[in-house]
Order: sequence, then C-alpha cells, then structure tokens
Amino acid sequence: MAPVFEYAPAPESRAIADIAPSYGLFIDGEFVEAADGKVFKTVSPSTEEVLSEIARAGSEDVDRAVKAARRAFEKWSALPGAERAKYLFRIARIIQERSRELAVLETLDNGKPIKETRDADLPLVAAHFFYYAGWADKLDHAGYGANPRPLGVAGQVIPWNFPLLMLAWKIAPALATGNTVVLKPAETTPLSALFFADICRQAGLPKGVVNILPGYGDAGAALIAHPDVNKVAFTGSTAVGKEIARTVAGTRKKVTLELGGKGANIVFDDAPIDQAVEGIVNGIFFNQGQVCCAGSRLLVQESIQEELLESLKRRLSTLRLGDPLDKNTDIGAINSEEQLTRITSLVEQGEAEGAERWSPACELPESGYWFAPTLFTNVTQAHTVARDEIFGPVLSVLTFRTPDEAVAKANNTPYGLSAGIWTEKGSRILAVANKLRAGVVWSNTFNKFDPTSPFGGYKESGFGREGGRHGLEAYLDV
Amino acid sequence: MSDRLTVFKTYKLYVGGKFPRSESGRVYEVTDSKGKWLANAPLSSRKDARDAVVAARKAFGAWSGATAYNRGQVLYRVAEMLEGRRDQFTREVADAEGLSKSKAAAVVDATIDRWVWYAGWTDKIAQVVGGGNPVAGPFFNLSSPEPTGVVAVLAPQESSFLGLVSVLAPVIATGNTAVVVASEKAPLPALSLAEVLATSDVPGGVVNVLSGRTAEIAAPLAAHQDVNAIDLAGADEVLAKDLEIAAADNLKRVLRPQPVDYTETPGTDRLTAFLETKTVWHPTGSLGASGSSY
Repeated sequence: MAPVFEYAPAPESRAIADIAPSYGLFIDGEFVEAADGKVFKTVSPSTEEVLSEIARAGSEDVDRAVKAARRAFEKWSALPGAERAKYLFRIARIIQERSRELAVLETLDNGKPIKETRDADLPLVAAHFFYYAGWADKLDHAGYGANPRPLGVAGQVIPWNFPLLMLAWKIAPALATGNTVVLKPAETTPLSALFFADICRQAGLPKGVVNILPGYGDAGAALIAHPDVNKVAFTGSTAVGKEIARTVAGTRKKVTLELGGKGANIVFDDAPIDQAVEGIVNGIFFNQGQVCCAGSRLLVQESIQEELLESLKRRLSTLRLGDPLDKNTDIGAINSEEQLTRITSLVEQGEAEGAERWSPACELPESGYWFAPTLFTNVTQAHTVARDEIFGPVLSVLTFRTPDEAVAKANNTPYGLSAGIWTEKGSRILAVANKLRAGVVWSNTFNKFDPTSPFGGYKESGFGREGGRHGLEAYLDV
Repeated sequence: MSDRLTVFKTYKLYVGGKFPRSESGRVYEVTDSKGKWLANAPLSSRKDARDAVVAARKAFGAWSGATAYNRGQVLYRVAEMLEGRRDQFTREVADAEGLSKSKAAAVVDATIDRWVWYAGWTDKIAQVVGGGNPVAGPFFNLSSPEPTGVVAVLAPQESSFLGLVSVLAPVIATGNTAVVVASEKAPLPALSLAEVLATSDVPGGVVNVLSGRTAEIAAPLAAHQDVNAIDLAGADEVLAKDLEIAAADNLKRVLRPQPVDYTETPGTDRLTAFLETKTVWHPTGSLGASGSSY
C-alpha cells in the first residue's frame, strides 16, 4: 500500500553543535594532551564523516586523573551537602539550557535519531542531575544511617549506546554523595562527555572533581585496576563485567556492574494488541536495539501469534530509517562498523540455524553503518538469536501456550535485566511479574526510565542498582 | 558399680532435609580447645557440595514464594527449638571454643536471641528497602526486594555458633536458600543446629550444612554456575580472593570477609547483601488520586 502523503525532509540544523577539530583529555579542570601524545578520530556513524580528533588516554593519564580526583576529594567531600547540591542543580539547569545543542551533538556522534536524543536522552540527563542534586543534603534520610560517608575516587566506564545519559547515571549520584570522578567514555562516542566537561566549567565546579578520559578499553582497564580508585562503576558487556569482577577481587573496591540482557517481552492473548505492538517496537527498535534492557525476545501466546505478527509487520513497514538528524527518522545508524559486523554475523547465524528472517522493504543509505529492522520467526530456545545478546534491531519471536511456559521461557537465560508483560488482567500481571527473574518489569509499557526508579539486573546482568534511593548505596561507605 | 559409658553421637551432614554421611566416606577428627577428641565429623567432598546446591535450588521456589509472615513463624520456631536444647548447645560451644560454661551459655542465649531478631525481619525488610517511586509520568512503579537465590555461606571460623547463626539467619530470612560450610575447626554446633532445623518447620533443602575443609568445599561452590551468591565470612584473605575470582564466572554476588563483632546487634547489611531489587512499572493513565475533585 503506497502512503497517501510523503514526508518532507525535516532536518535539525547541525550548526548549533560547534564541534572543535580536536579535543584533549579533561584532567584537573584543564583540557590536556595525552602523555604519550596519542589521538583517535571519532566519526559520525550515519555518514562516516570524521567529527573530531580526540586525545587518547593511556595509563599515565589515568594516574594523573586519579591523582587530581584524589586531591579534589578532600575539599569536595567536606563541602556541606547543600553546597554540593547547588553545583548539581547548576549543572542540571545548564544541561536544560544547552539541551538542543547536546541532542544534536549526541545524534551526530552516536547515530541515534534526533527524536530520541531530544525527547528521551536529554530530558532524562537533566532529570538525573536534578534528582541527585536534591539528595546531596539529605543523605541522612536515605536509609543508610546517619552521616553516611563517600567512598573516595570513583572510576567509571560507560558505553556508547547512551553516552550522555550513562554519564549522568554515573556522575550525578557520585557527586551528590561527595565522591570525585574519573570517567572514561566509549571510544566511538566521546564528544558529549567532553561537552559535559565544559558544562562543569560553566557551573564553576572545583577542579579535579570531574575528570574525563576519552580512550579505549586499555584506559578503562587501567582505571579500574588503579590502586587509588575506591569505587568502580561499569556499564557494558557481560564479558567485560566478568573481567572487572576478577580485577577487583581481593581489593576493597566497591563495584556496580550494569551488563547485558536478553529481555523477554511477553504478550498474552488478552493484551491490547495495538498498544502491545507499539511496546514491542519501542522495546527492540528504540536506539536501533542497542539497549541492554531491549525486549529482544518476543514471547507471544500461540493463539494470537498470527494476528500479532501481522500487525507488527505492518507497523515495521512504516518505520523510517535514515538521516538521524531528520526529525521524522525512527531508525538511525548503528553506532560503529564493528557493531554492524557483530549484528550481521549473529543474524547470519540465525538464518543458518534455521530461523526465518524478515525485514520490511527498506532502503539503506550508501555511506554509514545501517541495519534494517529485522524479525526472526520459527525461533526455538536453542537458537543463537534467542540466547545471545545481539545489541541491534533484531527481534526473535517465540511462542508459548500457558503463563507457566511463558515464565519458564522468559527466565531461560543467564541474564536478568528486563522483561515486559502485556495483558489486561491485573492479577496475571502481578503473578507473572513476581515470577520473572529480572530487575525491571514493564507491564503494558516498555523501556520507561526515570531517575527515581532503581534500574539494574539479576544474575549475569550485573550487580547493584542505579537510580532512585537505591542508587546512592553504590557511592556510600555502607 | 562402674561409671556408665556414654553414647557417642555420629555427626552427619544435612542435605535436602536428610542426614547423609559424606559421599566421600571420609571423616576428620574434631577436638576441643585443649586437643581432646570430641567426635569424627564428615569431611565433605566436591560431590557433597554439588548435592547441597541441587537441594538448595529445589527448595528455593517454595521458600522464596512463602509469605514473609510464614517465614517469620518458621524462623521463630527454630528459636523455640534452640531454647529447648540450650544445655546441649552450651556444652558444644564450651567444648568448641574453650569457654567456661557460663560464658558458653551467654553465647547460646545471644544466638537464640539473634534468631528471634531475624525472625522478626522477614516481613519488614521489604517495607524498609522497597517502596513506590514518584515517576515523572503517568506510571505506577514499585521497587521490591527479592531473594537472589542459592547462597553459599562460609561460616566464620572462630564463632562456631553465634557467628554461624549471624550469617545464616539473614540469608534465609529474606527467602534465599543456603549451603553452609561449617567452621572447619569447630563444626559440631553447626551439625547439631541442622538437627534443630530438621525438627522445626524449615523445609528440607532450605539450609544445607556441610563440614570439612573450608577451602576444599568452598572452591566448587564459588565456581558453581547455579549458586547466585557467596558469603566469604569464613575465608582468610588469600582464599577469599581466589573465591571471588571464581565467583566472577557467573557474576555471583560476593560478600567479602570483614571484621565483625558478632556480639553486637547486626545492621541490615547481611539481609540486603543477598537481595535483588525488582522494579515493576504499570501505566496509570493519570498522575494519581490527588486529581480527584472529591
């Protein structure tokens, strides 16, 4: 069916984000070159255009940054909570003021649609700083006893899928509780963290309280292993998470890990189908499926499989893939060539194992890294596409007959981060939610986030929670 | 008339609600603080540890699914049964730790009181650490704690009874099931505690007690893919590091060893260390009852 109306191009102007040709590391309040002079390029995944050249941190830089953070810790932690709060409120306000600029920047560097950076990432980033700002002078009331103490220097390593949001999740609670921070953003998305360094400058944050070290895995490993780091926070793959857990063994470092997932989105036969379809789409195609809590396994009750799949395919056919800066774009670019290769190889494996692959008619741009929204049907629990985290716009569809079978299949994974339940029956929601081994359960909705709500996984999805009152615990000596 | 010959007790493991001998057929000598022989305790093997995990996993569904009120009643029942065996435990603790009878009795009293303390926690911890979150949108969401699963507990080496109960009770109070490795040198109070658990209302498999070499039994538990968490209280620094590395393989929750004065009333740390937080969201369609015109 040909669309009645075509969309006119609606590009957001990129002029608002003024990207410098090169950036340094942000250590002790200054932008500096890497000790060994190394640099790397960050490219826009939708065009492969080089956006900027960035200093690449090595272990010497890690040491410098940790020392700066340690020096800053004494004063920062001694500051009355109310004063720390005001710094965080300032940062939150500046983020709001500069949110259009940051949204454009994030879209350029990450490849995700402007619709998402503008409407999801940035409002949440500001909200996290607001939320934790208010905790800074109320820590006595957080349920961890009177006068809970900060840990010291927090070494934080974040992924490329939500660069600025993950920064906010890490830095806001760390600063609110009186810790100082050395943060390593991902090598494919360093820009928004460097812009955040400028926001710290505008807010007048004391030198050394926040240090940003763009770099690769080696810098992250050096940061986590640094003997003067007291707290390690990591979001990323389960494989790296396990390596980190081994690295910190036998030390006193406190650790939180937010790792992979293979979320089950369970649709019962009495579910509101249209809403469920929207939830499924949002669950797996939001940010091109590059979301640890993505609903990458659709478990649909057998009796409505046909009807649901038909609606879902119809809906997928209306998704618009292309220029992430276009305000009408639903599906942007895959973050990197490396990630695209991984998605492609897992999808090929899915086909080779006998799962049935389907994508809507979808033209992919010639340059950049793209992957069409993809469905697998005829999937069994043994298939790779039902077990491995693909981290891309790929949905595996499985069926079930009874609620017990749905729960058993949903829990049949080493992960335990997220799950979804779609049914009109309240008692079923509660019964199924109780049995799911997952840290976040969305019923009749999916992929909702809020700074007041703890987020984090069971089993191999990691330890600890971020967000809410629970998120404070990770940064306090309790 | 000659003195009556006492009847010795054969100490056994406690696995899945039964009292098996060690699969290995091995025992080791347990002596009192002066080196006098007390009994032969089972020297558990890797296989005993695996059997205990299977039993603990099997018991997890029903125990974690029981109401908090029910779990509290069951734990309180344990305290009742301990009270009835106060003299026996006093003797065993005195032998194990080289304490005078009155000091040992004080330890046993404190231990029984500790059970009572934890029994009262079962239906309160969710209110203390869970709650509703004021989400900025038309959603209702609730964070509640849930047990993490099967927990391996290395009981403290020096405090054979009070320490043991202080690390075991919080694990099961929150709905986890446990595989406990008793103090290597002083395992008898732990093995006798198993008899109390078996005759109170704690379902079989909820607590499994192994005795033997801590390092030998702990290694397979730390590496076991179906164990969700490990309390390293009874491990020395070197062993604790090795076990923590092994535990990383399936990202077990690890409670590192730390200096604890078991005579002090504990905080909630040991309760929360083995809990997950689950946050369940649901749309409300509105922002709450305050919008009502009534």
